[in-house]
Amino acid sequence: MAARKPSFRSRYSVLSLIRNALSYHDGWAQAWRSPTPKEAYDVIIVGGGGHGLATAYYLAKNHGITNVAVLEKGWLGGGNTGRNTTVVRSNYLYPESARFYELSLQLYEGLSRDLNYNVMLSQRGLINLGFSRHEMDLFGRWSNALQLSGIDCEMLTPAEIKKLAPLIDISPSARFPLHGGFIQRRAGIARHDAVAWGYARAADAYGIDIIQECEVKAVRRDRGRVIGVETTKGYIGAKKVGVAVAGHTSVLTEMAGFRVPLDSCALQAFVSEPIKPVLDVLLMAGLVHVYLSQSDKGELVIGGGSDAYNSYAQRGSFSTIEHTVEALLSLFPAFSRLRLMRQWAGITDISPDRSPIIDKTPVENFFVNAGWGTGGFKAIPAGGWTFAHLIATDRPHPLIEPFGLDRFRTGALIDEGAAAGVAH
Amino acid sequence: MFEIKCPWCGARDESEFTYGGESHIARPDPAASSDEVWAEYLYYRTNTKGWFRERWRHTFGCGQWFNVLRHTATHEIKAVYKMTDRAPEIEP
Ligand SMILES: Cc1cc2nc3c(=O)[nH]c(=O)nc-3n(C[C@H](O)[C@H](O)[C@H](O)COP(=O)(O)OP(=O)(O)OC[C@H]3O[C@@H](n4cnc5c(N)ncnc54)[C@H](O)[C@@H]3O)c2cc1C
Ligand SMILES: [Zn+2]
Repeated sequence: MAARKPSFRSRYSVLSLIRNALSYHDGWAQAWRSPTPKEAYDVIIVGGGGHGLATAYYLAKNHGITNVAVLEKGWLGGGNTGRNTTVVRSNYLYPESARFYELSLQLYEGLSRDLNYNVMLSQRGLINLGFSRHEMDLFGRWSNALQLSGIDCEMLTPAEIKKLAPLIDISPSARFPLHGGFIQRRAGIARHDAVAWGYARAADAYGIDIIQECEVKAVRRDRGRVIGVETTKGYIGAKKVGVAVAGHTSVLTEMAGFRVPLDSCALQAFVSEPIKPVLDVLLMAGLVHVYLSQSDKGELVIGGGSDAYNSYAQRGSFSTIEHTVEALLSLFPAFSRLRLMRQWAGITDISPDRSPIIDKTPVENFFVNAGWGTGGFKAIPAGGWTFAHLIATDRPHPLIEPFGLDRFRTGALIDEGAAAGVAH
Repeated sequence: MFEIKCPWCGARDESEFTYGGESHIARPDPAASSDEVWAEYLYYRTNTKGWFRERWRHTFGCGQWFNVLRHTATHEIKAVYKMTDRAPEIEP
């Protein structure tokens, strides 16, 4: 383990802020370089989203591997990382997932300091809402499982929920009468761009090349092993290649000659016009397919289920918006006058059991980090951590052993449909 | 958002239909299949970016299943054909 420190051209601190204010903020160094690719690298990471950038950072930090390039076809965080609603939590049902996501949450808790970059983690608590006795039974089981996994969570009554989210309609005449819920108080949100940029800057400080506008077009192999990639900036050789391209995973694996158990679907989100503070917790209503939070700017950030069919079009279906807004108004009739300001979609890589796939592949030295689907933002630190471990050591990190491709052959699926279906 | 031309009812809004995923996946004989073959059948998908042959059901209409050849990046639909029809060729 190399514990070398990254060398930032300028460290962010109160002092550096004051110093730069005195020179009218003209003197800030660029957060990362824009190098031209070298002929070859020890490791190439395809995809400059959170997972790719975190992987590069932990390759350097935890394993001392710095001859690394991250290739991004667009701009950093322009994929799902910059499009997501930033829910960070670890309340997953099965112990395999709970362990993994809890490491991720703990890494998030120390991330701003570790990266010297404020990722604006706000642990404001997340409530799952239940609308029937049966859902409450499920929540009881779920929160017991969480407590056994050592993860904070409490059951709540409708009155307790009303206290935390006063505008919610809990009257018996509500379209979906509220029966209760459970809360993870350490759950919250973080700033998505900052997570991508913070990892990029910290990886760059280790000498890792981050190359934007560089699309991988083909994967070159020799006798079953990867030797490099053809890109829009020419051929680049690599001893190892790690793929972290979310919804485009199947496209990359097709270039390498094999298939994966994934479907790509659009997931949408939208924000309302900004209003005064009305909601300081996160709410999730899996039954009616909506979740929401209020941003620091005052916008309500709203999401729902994913579009129902395979899609690589980065825009969503209108019927999903309608469905989500209906659900929102059934909980919060008071929001009916709000206007939506922006709507967008990202292409998510959905696995059969809604759990990630981090593994080696049939092509030697070619690794995948995928299957995050609608919920991989919270997983960025642990995803990068464990993917770097796999690439560096050729062995899966113990936390991701259950998340290999072989589970589809053995049938040992980790079915997180409840924890990761609508809930992101 | 797009319209699908149901072979029985004509053009209808996408929201009247249910998606059935990739089409033309043949079920291998479970007794004679290895775990690899069975996993391939159950879980592995082509997930094409481009022209894709898929199943749809006109749930809020006639209730019939049929096949569609759709482009997954543009949503353009090139063919609608019945479950028992032969798969149309995909020109690049
Ligand atoms: C609307 C929405 C809401 C979401 N909400 C949440 C949430 O609240 N909480 C949560 O935890 N998760 C959420 N998610 C999921 C989360 O955003 C993703 O799982 C996560 O960001 C995936 O990160 P990534 O780095 O794997 O992928 P991305 O951030 O998508 O990065 C992949 C990158 O690969 C690049 N790429 C693709 N093909 C190539 C190529 N051939 N060559 C080079 N580069 C390529 C892309 O341009 C992209 O930048 C949400 C997703 C969406 C779309
Ligand atoms: Zn019909």
